[in-house]
Amino acid sequence: MTLLKDLFESLISQLRTMWRILLHTFTKAETVQYPEEKPYLAPRYRGRIVLTKDPDGDERCVACNLCAAACPPDCIALQQGTREDGRWYPEFFRINFSRCIMCGLCEEACPTNAIQLIPDFEMCEYDRQNMVYEKEHLMIDGPGKYHDYNFYRVAGMEIEGKEKGAAQNEAPPIDPRSLLP
Amino acid sequence: MSEGQTILFAIVVMLAAVGGAAVLTWFERRLLGVWQDRYGPNRLGPGGILQVAADMIKLLTKHDWVPPFADKWVFIFAPTAIVVAMLLGFAVVPFGPGLHILDINIGLLFFLAMTSLAVYSVLLGGLASNNKYALLGGLRSAAQMVSYEVFMGLSLMGVVMLTGSFSMVDIVEAQRDGWYAISQFLGLFVFIIAAIAESHRLPFDLPEAEHELTAGFHTEYSGMKFAMFMLGEYLGLILVSCMITTLFFGGWLGPFGIEILPPIVWFSLKTFLIICFFVLLRAAIPRPRYDQLMSLGWKVMLPLTLINLVATGAIALWLHGGA
Repeated sequence: MTLLKDLFESLISQLRTMWRILLHTFTKAETVQYPEEKPYLAPRYRGRIVLTKDPDGDERCVACNLCAAACPPDCIALQQGTREDGRWYPEFFRINFSRCIMCGLCEEACPTNAIQLIPDFEMCEYDRQNMVYEKEHLMIDGPGKYHDYNFYRVAGMEIEGKEKGAAQNEAPPIDPRSLLP
Repeated sequence: MSEGQTILFAIVVMLAAVGGAAVLTWFERRLLGVWQDRYGPNRLGPGGILQVAADMIKLLTKHDWVPPFADKWVFIFAPTAIVVAMLLGFAVVPFGPGLHILDINIGLLFFLAMTSLAVYSVLLGGLASNNKYALLGGLRSAAQMVSYEVFMGLSLMGVVMLTGSFSMVDIVEAQRDGWYAISQFLGLFVFIIAAIAESHRLPFDLPEAEHELTAGFHTEYSGMKFAMFMLGEYLGLILVSCMITTLFFGGWLGPFGIEILPPIVWFSLKTFLIICFFVLLRAAIPRPRYDQLMSLGWKVMLPLTLINLVATGAIALWLHGGA
């Protein structure tokens, strides 16, 4: 008897499944027809990596290597150099996008907001070597997400045209040999 | 029809069947897409129809490879056998009044014999591949066919009993008063299930079973030999749909004696709807476990068929007074 009951119940269940699937004839397809129809990408979507410039037009990157240290697949390589005016800069800056996993940890690690991820993921190449982006490919002519930030204006580091203590909210330097308060 | 006309018609039927099977590969994917809320192949040509040509070019240009550990001649023979058997099965299908290649008095038995022959193809393919997955697929196929063959034949005996003939044309003519889908409802139900198992399509595609046997009996097949297996499967689907139309839905006859359309159109329309129904089954129903499949066959389907057979016999005897 239980066999018959089970059989009847499973038969009804299968028929109901078929009916429900049949009703899907009248529902719209969920597919996004990709190349013609672009999907919506959130403004903070993590895609291609760019290097930004500060509002004055100088490159923000100080080549501190924190992004390369944070990078889980080790796809960032760079070399630090010092310019004549005392600024640090990367002599080369290379990201291998065939390894990059778009995790955004480099952006988190960056102390100067230089490296940023933008909502663009269309980077296909026929040749794998073309996925390696050099500094001139990464650099953009703008400040990215942070419009007013300039590292050298807020940091205490001395560069040409900005003495110690001249940065924003920076107290004048203390003379350690003076006894006066 | 004269002999020449028959040969010409046979060629037409063969081309139509193979062409239909090719188009069906695309159509099935589109229809599955409709039911799964996606599009399916829609890029190449109007509605994606040229996908068929693209697939064909791809399969033709693939390396026609025979694995070194396989039994070479059997390996090559297996995929051809299924196509040949399925194409031969079309010989007894009546497409319209007078539109048939063969009208023999054992037409139905011929169809059953041809579908049974197709089993050998799967079996030999699995055996000749010399591969564990393929062998398991072949084994499953053998067990499945043996158990489902039994009541596939028996489920049709009710139809034969009511008609009093094995000839397909006689069976269609006998349905002028009412389709056998109504009087032989149990027979239809059992035959549909047996037919799916016979053409090893989803949900009864256990010989292939991608999730556990990689691809079952055609694991080692590629290129055109793989295409032959697929062609055989789709031919089987069309053949079985033709058979269900002929045996249970009045063949070329319109419903309730309505004859606004030419017979061949009625036939094609019904066959088309049944193919759609098979695709719906594929879209909706998950694959059973192997022991479930076996117990369904022997514990449920076989008794049902026997009940149908006995009841049909008793009623026929009662109505016609022991003719």
